[in-house]
Amino acid sequence: MAETTFLEAIRQGMWEEMERDDRVFLLGEDIGAYGGAFKVTQGFLERFGDARVIDTPISEAAIVGAAAGAAHMGMRPVAEMQFIDFISCAYDMLTNYVATARYRAGLSTPIVVRGPCGGYVRGGPFHSQNPEAAFFHTPGLKIVYPATVRDAKGLIKAAIRDDDPVIFLEHKWLYRRIKDTLPTGDEEVPPLGVARVAREGQDLSIVTYGATVWKSLEAAAQLDQADGISVEVVDLRTLLPLDEDAIVATVKKTNKLLIVHEDTRTGGLAGEITARVNERAFEWLDGPIMRVTAHDVPLPYAPTLEDFVLPQTEDIVTAARWLAAY
Amino acid sequence: MWRRFALINRLPAANFHPPLNLVMTAHPASTRAAAIPAGLSSEQLLEMYGFLRLTRTLEERLAALYRQTKVIGGLFRSLGQEGESVASAYALRRGPQPDVLSPLIRNLGAMLVMGAKPIEILRQYMAKETGPTRGREMNVHFNDLTLGYLGQISHLGDMVPVMAGITLTFKMRGEPRVGLVYVGDGATSTGAFHEGLNFAAVQRCPLVMIGEYNGYAYSTPPARQFAVRDLAEKARGYGIPAVTVDGNDVLAVYEATKLAVDRARVGKGVQFIEVKTYRRTGHAEHDDQSYVPPGEMEHWAASNDPVDRFVRALRDNDWVPARALDEVDTRVRDEVDRATDACLDDPLPAGESALGTVFAQPPSAEPLWYRAVTGPSPSHGAPNG
Ligand SMILES: Cc1ncc(C[n+]2csc(CCOP(=O)(O)OP(=O)(O)O)c2C)c(N)n1
Ligand SMILES: [Mg+2]
Repeated sequence: MAETTFLEAIRQGMWEEMERDDRVFLLGEDIGAYGGAFKVTQGFLERFGDARVIDTPISEAAIVGAAAGAAHMGMRPVAEMQFIDFISCAYDMLTNYVATARYRAGLSTPIVVRGPCGGYVRGGPFHSQNPEAAFFHTPGLKIVYPATVRDAKGLIKAAIRDDDPVIFLEHKWLYRRIKDTLPTGDEEVPPLGVARVAREGQDLSIVTYGATVWKSLEAAAQLDQADGISVEVVDLRTLLPLDEDAIVATVKKTNKLLIVHEDTRTGGLAGEITARVNERAFEWLDGPIMRVTAHDVPLPYAPTLEDFVLPQTEDIVTAARWLAAY
Repeated sequence: MWRRFALINRLPAANFHPPLNLVMTAHPASTRAAAIPAGLSSEQLLEMYGFLRLTRTLEERLAALYRQTKVIGGLFRSLGQEGESVASAYALRRGPQPDVLSPLIRNLGAMLVMGAKPIEILRQYMAKETGPTRGREMNVHFNDLTLGYLGQISHLGDMVPVMAGITLTFKMRGEPRVGLVYVGDGATSTGAFHEGLNFAAVQRCPLVMIGEYNGYAYSTPPARQFAVRDLAEKARGYGIPAVTVDGNDVLAVYEATKLAVDRARVGKGVQFIEVKTYRRTGHAEHDDQSYVPPGEMEHWAASNDPVDRFVRALRDNDWVPARALDEVDTRVRDEVDRATDACLDDPLPAGESALGTVFAQPPSAEPLWYRAVTGPSPSHGAPNG
């Protein structure tokens, strides 16, 4: 069976949803004739026409706002941010208008705002961001951040079908780096808000998401081989709603928790996860909850600087070894 | 004269397909022995030519380095648009207390006019420790406010409000300085553009905006970006005097900008100049331009290259000595060669230097705990103490 890339999986997921449901339509910059900056929507214009694949002006606030209005009227818009870094231009629309719509006005706003995020690609400060923390703090927005080919396809479908607004983060370092065979025929649509155990282990748990799932798995394999340390890796997949039960379950199993994320440390998700574990599983811990994150600086461009700032596999190995020995 | 530029607005539909043949030649090359226009001297014409040639030669060098994977990240070029960048910046005051411009990725020429050095550009693109941002930022994103340029960030439109603030300060302090900000046809769709332009107009800031109508925003043509024909119409909606000029006519752009700068300097508020030009490369080097109709680029290259047109005007009118242009070409080639040789082997910045200067105080961010763990031996208690 043919191998599918992460990027192709997202493409397939959207394609199948557009085939299945004619309320689904796409809007974004250069997504039509050009097929998107990363070619995620290549071929969509030809297949679905320019009424359902809309090349927009460079107006992120209008893209998100228009998606919201259409969603109120029963449509299922999927908005692309050319790079997720530009979602900041739609911050007001997302946090004030979209996030509060159901609560304050009983309005349903089933939109997906998706786009390439993340570093490790020499993109510099404005083409590498991980914006999840900025939205994690706002009640009313769901946040999905897949790490595998299978989840990329399944979760984009779940996001489109969900009745709430979803920010869907696609790590561009994964776009063409990972491949998998996808089941044909019966489609798999996992629920939002459910984490996944990416690797079973006994001695220590790593809770992570996005590109660092792969770096954590690499670290786990090294620790297993070199030190005989058995690491469990939990891939959150959905950041909001957060699968607290899965986090607590793995802590109760291994009694040690390392949280890994690519986003910067201060105000990052690791802090919230730490607090939840503290509230629900404190007595189960045999060591401090530790975190491996990016340093608290804007992401610089030079390879040497970017490598220093972002968490690397060696960092996870070091941190996990330290914690395992605690 | 202001009205003369405005004439161009009455030319037929500005639809880019087929290519707009918008050559209102303010300075027909065929007029032999015409006087040099716009109060320019022969030396100044040669200096402008030098900046045009330098922009093109330097970008060609960058493209070669990009293909050799020496340029890290993307490469953006201004091929076909060098004229408007150089000519508009050339209308500003340089030297002590200079005017200040804010360039975009396609305004390398404007930065060179203000005094940015080729070696800085090369180092910046190659993320060298010795570069102007010491590897932190990419391409032409860097400043030198003493020379008079403020580097952009990627988020389009953001520089417009910032330049409103810079020029507001000129006004508050009574300094006879002017700001100039570039904005692409695509970037005029952002909220920041509209808020910034309106703010500056209301405050009567000494700001000149150059709207670059170059036919594309990435792959998107103007017709999918805005429903007006000319960018100048947008500015007029904010009560700003606006003209449209042939952006590939170096002298026309210079003349229009000079007039706008002079008006802004004497308190006449924001001035807008739309330059009609054409982006002859992809959005960046990776872009195959499959969306460009066949023949369009070739048409512009063959019949409407700003450097060619400027050279023709200089030669046909005997405005500069015949040999002088060749001498400039040689000097520019040498300069770019020397700059390349001088920095190609410069080191990349040391990783730890990433932590400095997030704030004035504290001067450095902390390295995270896991970087301080030495060896596998465990200690009880947190590693940071
Ligand atoms: C707010 C924002 N949205 C999207 C982008 C991605 N982007 C970078 S350049 C570009 C096209 C810019 O077109 P234009 O303003 O016409 O400038 P040109 O490239 O033609 O010089 C886009 C969409 C961005 N940089 N900023
Ligand atoms: Mg443009």
